[in-house]
Amino acid sequence: MTNPESFRRIAIDPVSRVEGHGKITLLLDADNHVQEARFHIVEFRGFEKFIQGRPYEEVPYFVQRLCGICPVSHHLAAGKAVDQLVGVDVLTPTATKLRRLLHFGQTLQSHALHFFHLSSPDLLFGFGSHLAHRNIVGIIEDYPDLALKGVKLRKYGQQVIEAIAGKRIHGAAAIPGGMNKPLSEEDRQRLLADIGEIIGWCSEAVALNEKIHLEHPENHNFAKLNSNFLSMVAPDGALELYHGGLRARKADGSTIFDHLDYRKYFEVIREEVRPWSYMKFPYLTALGRESGWYRVGPLARVNNCDFISTPLAEAARRRFKAYGDGGFVQDTLGYHWARMIEALHCGEAIQLLLNDPEITGSDLVTHGERQREGIGVIEAPRGTLFHHYKIDEQGLIEKANLIVSTTSNNQAMNESVRSVANAYLDGQEITEGLLNHLEVAVRAYDPCLSCATHALGKMPLQVELIDAAGNVVDRLTKGSRGELERTL
Amino acid sequence: MTAISDILLFGYGNPGRGDDALGPLLIESIEKHHDPRVECLTDMQLQVEHVTDLQHRKQIIFVDADMSCETPFAYSRLAAEKDGSYTSHAMTPSALLHAFRQVYGVDAPPAFLLRIRGYDFGLGDPLTEQAAANLEAAIGFVQPLVKSVTG
Repeated sequence: MTNPESFRRIAIDPVSRVEGHGKITLLLDADNHVQEARFHIVEFRGFEKFIQGRPYEEVPYFVQRLCGICPVSHHLAAGKAVDQLVGVDVLTPTATKLRRLLHFGQTLQSHALHFFHLSSPDLLFGFGSHLAHRNIVGIIEDYPDLALKGVKLRKYGQQVIEAIAGKRIHGAAAIPGGMNKPLSEEDRQRLLADIGEIIGWCSEAVALNEKIHLEHPENHNFAKLNSNFLSMVAPDGALELYHGGLRARKADGSTIFDHLDYRKYFEVIREEVRPWSYMKFPYLTALGRESGWYRVGPLARVNNCDFISTPLAEAARRRFKAYGDGGFVQDTLGYHWARMIEALHCGEAIQLLLNDPEITGSDLVTHGERQREGIGVIEAPRGTLFHHYKIDEQGLIEKANLIVSTTSNNQAMNESVRSVANAYLDGQEITEGLLNHLEVAVRAYDPCLSCATHALGKMPLQVELIDAAGNVVDRLTKGSRGELERTL
Repeated sequence: MTAISDILLFGYGNPGRGDDALGPLLIESIEKHHDPRVECLTDMQLQVEHVTDLQHRKQIIFVDADMSCETPFAYSRLAAEKDGSYTSHAMTPSALLHAFRQVYGVDAPPAFLLRIRGYDFGLGDPLTEQAAANLEAAIGFVQPLVKSVTG
């Protein structure tokens, strides 16, 4: 086996339009082929330490601070874990429905942000178009109607969150064994007034994604992988985002495990540590380290489920499956298509919940006997999210383990980056075109780099090319305003 | 329909990351006065949907932590600007003003940025002593400023 240290390294730091600071290192062999890609997420550390020692009842509240993009996902996963810590397995019907409504609102706004603001520029303008135009401003200029719908979709999802959780940050929705407050009739009516339009826009977004994907066959093999998939499913096999069993399938569609109680996740998933990364590398134990890596998120969920419970999203899923000829759609850019199918499902599910008389009920909390261990799992917008806590006799968090969605997709992102780099790297120069294509590959996964700090003046961006002897032969620096400067 | 307040005070930052909490903390302080002419908003970071919060105001004041501004704070008028922050999950206030113009076809209301000097932004870290002192100075600056606008 070739020694990776003898490869020439190309470092690209960070990946634009994903949250926080990322860095890509490409390890080249003597023939300039990319042998290995390493996608670094430098902010991914300290989560467990941040949580340890805190009172368990506060956990759902302060884990929202882990991420500026998906605080509600962490809130709900922690909330489910804390339910177990207080000995509650089943919430009241109203509490369950409120949590689901909150989760659908979060997923809708997150998916809308990703597609309309982060990915649609790539898809509508093409990967090779200039970065100055390939962004949301370009979309606003060229597709004003689409951009405004994106703004309003995102806003609607935020309104659902605010109606249930209160403030945009520091919201208090899930409490041990239930929910903090009921949904008011006024808020229910306000949200119902717009939901029809929201569903219509989601349908249009699905149609746009179908059109783009089908009309651009050159996108089908872009960053494509042949991967395993992991997701939660409902007992009847339906797409499930809030609560269900775990299903893992191989690339050929065969089942590895199904309807597994997620509280046994550690029996089927292990996490490998690699010295060059703060992020762990989870893998399916049954398949081993080499071939057990898997993908999570919209692509995994829509591929893995047997059906979707709402009619418009189910019709869209059937068209998606037809494209895959009945098998799994492995196109990495298929993430965008699957993401919008889920957004449509969220819109339909929100409508159903708002029309459910129990949604404004006031029976919100269930009580039980305290336990020492709790595990909460949900399907966050980017994929399966695990929160696992152990508490001491005083109720303080003794041990915490989190597997966030981006961690599950870690190896897959590296594989996609390697695939794209091999296709587009020409010689020893980091071109803007190469950078663009690598970013498009990473963005498909919508990695959350958990750098919710954004203070002005704290956005260093750098691209480095390092030869086999360790010499920096090229360096590209991107300033906080997006300006590029070659500094070597 | 809810009445629109004269001033929008919008503090953004992550309260769980040390001095990044400066923006939301200033808003919490001002919010205690319950002035109906001042609407206080906080969020982790600015995003494009926030253009909908900017409509129909006399004035907008964004409040953020800053690692590079003068101590204890800096206050300046904002102009709409198409900058590189679109390539991030978080937008700058200038970029948000630009998006406002694109979305609504008119300029956003007059907007200002209050930058409060911060020093440490680690996950789980508390506010630094220096940042806390800067926050107090900034609060002392904002209170009369708000009164001058609302009359």
